[in-house]
Amino acid sequence: MATAGAHPPSQIRVTLHEMRVDVERVQREVEGAIRARGYDDDAAFAIRLCLEEALVNAFRHGNRLEPGLTVEFRADIMDDGCIFEVQDQGEGFDPAGVPDPTADENLEIPSGRGIMLMRAYMSEVAYLDPGNRLRMVFTRKR
Amino acid sequence: MSAAKSQIRVRDEGGVHCVEFVERSIIDEAVIRQIGEELLKLVDTAATPTLVIDFTGVQHLSSAALGVLINVHNRVKSRSGQLRLCGIPKGIFEVFRITKLDRLFQTSDTVAQALESIG
Repeated sequence: MATAGAHPPSQIRVTLHEMRVDVERVQREVEGAIRARGYDDDAAFAIRLCLEEALVNAFRHGNRLEPGLTVEFRADIMDDGCIFEVQDQGEGFDPAGVPDPTADENLEIPSGRGIMLMRAYMSEVAYLDPGNRLRMVFTRKR
Repeated sequence: MSAAKSQIRVRDEGGVHCVEFVERSIIDEAVIRQIGEELLKLVDTAATPTLVIDFTGVQHLSSAALGVLINVHNRVKSRSGQLRLCGIPKGIFEVFRITKLDRLFQTSDTVAQALESIG
């Protein structure tokens, strides 16, 4: 579990307005903060991938790409891990409704793999009530 | 308006289209969409589509990019063609393994091995 550790957490708080520009900006800020704490390439790869999936999902599926709707991003970055929260303005999402993309009959369906990747790389992934706030915890391996 | 820059490089190897990506990070939605359009055009304009897609140097890839590759796989299959992926870096291959797409795609370490595997 990610804890504050020896150094105080680096906090990043961003309201995203425009998907392409703001997702890249968040990625740059997070990458800078984790690299400053010595996170390695594998950790940076996992975090970048999961943030991309989470933020794009929030814009595309949560806000349905509706102009004027925003996405709130919060990150607490610590020496031993990170806590990320992504909140959209949609009605909420039930991950149980996504078919298992690894089932043989679903392998050729081109969607539904983002959540699976987040669950693989993060130590905790939860959609908080009413399902429009995603909380992800990354635990650093040493 | 000028045409968008191509997102893939294609060369012919004895009738096989060998494809490389221009970007090292296949994560931007517009880039992914364009890659999909260019690959599907390549498939649709070949009599029997035969493609080798080389991932050497690719550093990042999202689930949307996987979706494009699945669409290309399905289109190649529907036209009785062949598709091979090769040169997939370790971290990217882990993404294929997690999503079980290593079972869907035929992969090789190098372009030469991919070409050899095509009957």
